[in-house]
Amino acid sequence: MDFTLTKEQEQFRQGVRDFLEGEIRQGLWEPSCDAWIMGHDPEFTKRVAQRGWIGLTWPKEYGGQGRSFVDRLILTEEMLRYGAPAACHWFADRQIGGAIVHYGTDEQKRELLPKILNGEAYVGLGMSEPDAGSDLASLKTRAVEDGDYYVIDGQKTWTSGGSHMNWIYLLARTDPDAPKHRGISEFFFETSLPGITVTPIVDITGGVHFNEVFFESVRIPKKCLIGEKNRGFYQVLNQLDYERSGMERLMGNYPLFEALIQYTKETRRNGKPLCEDPVIRPKLAQLKIEFEIGRLHMYRIAVVMDDGRAPNWESAMSKAYGTTFEQRLASTAIEILGLYGQLSPQSKRVPIRGMAYHSYLSSKGYSLQAGTSEILKNILASRKLELPSQ
Amino acid sequence: MNLAFTEEQEMLKNMARNFLSDKFPKTVVKEIEESEPGYSPELWKEMAGLGWMGVPLPEKYGGGDMSFLDLAVLLEEMGRACLPGPYFSTEVLGGLTILDIGSEEQKQEYLPKLASGEAIFTLALTEPSARYDAAGIQTKATADKDAYILNGTKLFVPDAHIADYILVVARSDEKSKGEGGITIFIVDTKSSGISCTVLKTIANDKLCEVIFDRVKVPKENIVGQLNQGWSAVQRIIQRAAVAKCCEMVGCIQQALDMTVSYAKERKQYDRPIGSFQVIQHYCADMATDVDGTRLSTYQAAWMLSEGLPCTKEVAIAKAWAGEACQRVMALAHQIHGAIGVTIDHDLQYYTRRAKAAEVSFGDASFYREIVAQEMGL
Repeated sequence: MDFTLTKEQEQFRQGVRDFLEGEIRQGLWEPSCDAWIMGHDPEFTKRVAQRGWIGLTWPKEYGGQGRSFVDRLILTEEMLRYGAPAACHWFADRQIGGAIVHYGTDEQKRELLPKILNGEAYVGLGMSEPDAGSDLASLKTRAVEDGDYYVIDGQKTWTSGGSHMNWIYLLARTDPDAPKHRGISEFFFETSLPGITVTPIVDITGGVHFNEVFFESVRIPKKCLIGEKNRGFYQVLNQLDYERSGMERLMGNYPLFEALIQYTKETRRNGKPLCEDPVIRPKLAQLKIEFEIGRLHMYRIAVVMDDGRAPNWESAMSKAYGTTFEQRLASTAIEILGLYGQLSPQSKRVPIRGMAYHSYLSSKGYSLQAGTSEILKNILASRKLELPSQ
Repeated sequence: MNLAFTEEQEMLKNMARNFLSDKFPKTVVKEIEESEPGYSPELWKEMAGLGWMGVPLPEKYGGGDMSFLDLAVLLEEMGRACLPGPYFSTEVLGGLTILDIGSEEQKQEYLPKLASGEAIFTLALTEPSARYDAAGIQTKATADKDAYILNGTKLFVPDAHIADYILVVARSDEKSKGEGGITIFIVDTKSSGISCTVLKTIANDKLCEVIFDRVKVPKENIVGQLNQGWSAVQRIIQRAAVAKCCEMVGCIQQALDMTVSYAKERKQYDRPIGSFQVIQHYCADMATDVDGTRLSTYQAAWMLSEGLPCTKEVAIAKAWAGEACQRVMALAHQIHGAIGVTIDHDLQYYTRRAKAAEVSFGDASFYREIVAQEMGL
């Protein structure tokens, strides 16, 4: 047992911090909540790519760094701590590249991975549909073989990254006659093809990070199929374990936490700082305790992955836990700010740049995206505790 | 980073689990709990024979030369088994304190007796104020030639009624009210002037009121530095808090395992209740709390074991464990239904111990304040 990071890992963390602090000092961007999913900044992504910080864990033979998942967790933890605008590469780096490494052909690896590694492929996630949310295997979008092509028809919704994507990962039905889990395949292709229409969905914060995407007779070459035809549902389950496993499920709104602590130190009430208030002080400490417990869950997952195992119940556990924390943080922040907590980022007199307001609203979606907390607890109950389904 | 036990630790865990489940079925636990001494001298000897008494003590004192982390593994299993008796008092409160601050002579005198199972030790820290801060120490130690005279009442002293030696935290400098002026003495319980009453507690463990009435203690029985004992007391509390967390991990892991088994067996509406999503989600919540407790506890235990500063990590572990245990036990009861609230069911042993553990060596509020200080608030 050893809970420490190596000297190299500590140095790596410092290197990431120095880079991000330098960026902030230059005024290239401002730390914000949800920047990993809403902060689209192609130039930032380019600069990250130049440092070799995309595809950190991928094999060297495909242009990755062959480094550990703990290393990647350090990198993403710092990106989230500083609220860096990493949305252009986040999904591709986190799960799509890995899916290609895992299931792709040699040709796909040679052709597609460099686009992600160079920070040029901004990937949208085409999974959910209007009638296929938690029950993803019910999806209806069709991919029909036609010579050397598949023809895609259908609609995706809640497509993360849709408004900025130039590539899309798509789950579509390739065998309508097979049982629903056994007729689905995975595809990856450019969104400049004719027949694709993207309609942004405005969320309750007023922002856009998910979209509706319509496919009308979109012809994609057969080489866009990832892995085995009709095995896509089983392949995506593995991908979802990675999608759920990261620090963004605990630190999506971390800039709010730091700003809140600072605010309570600087704001005085009844002649003393708010952080000394006997009601507020233990609330902040409790948030810290819950955060640190979540951080241990996240590092446990990285260790599991470094042991060569896909995290399944562990990532279900940590995501359900982490998003609950993020929601409590947002809610507690508004409580502590009191009447000021209700002010929007655009309002006169808004404290801490309106992060509490934004985060309170945006965090409602945290426990829905990438598997609702209820689905995650089902996974935990069946895969870890082996409770019966009937 | 590596979160796994070593092969030796796995062996220790399995050996302990087998021994404890074999020797301490709940019928035996009940019998021991209800007995006056609250432990079985025969089983105590058997445990000593396995080398458990001296696990973290150096070999030269008859110990096993193992680490605090190894002890943590053992304590988890003891928590899982609801082991009754003075192991925690003797090993964690007594042995580790003497090892930490005792003189070489004291180590040579006391530790071999402890490691062999010959002597039982405990610590008298808290008083009727029931606080873990220095201001709570009111028991007086007055210098008298080559000795000190102890006067005062200690409360919630575990296993004092059977202890051979009590480490007593007393105020040796009356002028000092805070953290200065505190000294730890080792007191032979055969000394005159000590009276002991066993309290009736929720965990049926043997917490005592110990009254010191002009108890004479030789000067050489000062453990550590005169008037500078508080920093050692803080380390004692820290070790005890983590050790308690280890027991709590075992306690709630067992409660979860029992609950999941029950949910698989118990049928209502012609199906196992564990097939209902609401029960599955309760179990998932329990498992999440158990793992959070396990991760933070072992982080703190590992840091203590490595001698790293860990004020924050210990505070986080104990604050979390105290409240997580209550959530886990509440759901365990909810899922077990009425059978779980009967005195003959095993679950109640865990419910009672989890509650006692929550308030022992600092509750969540106590540690939240420490976390707040560590955050710079």
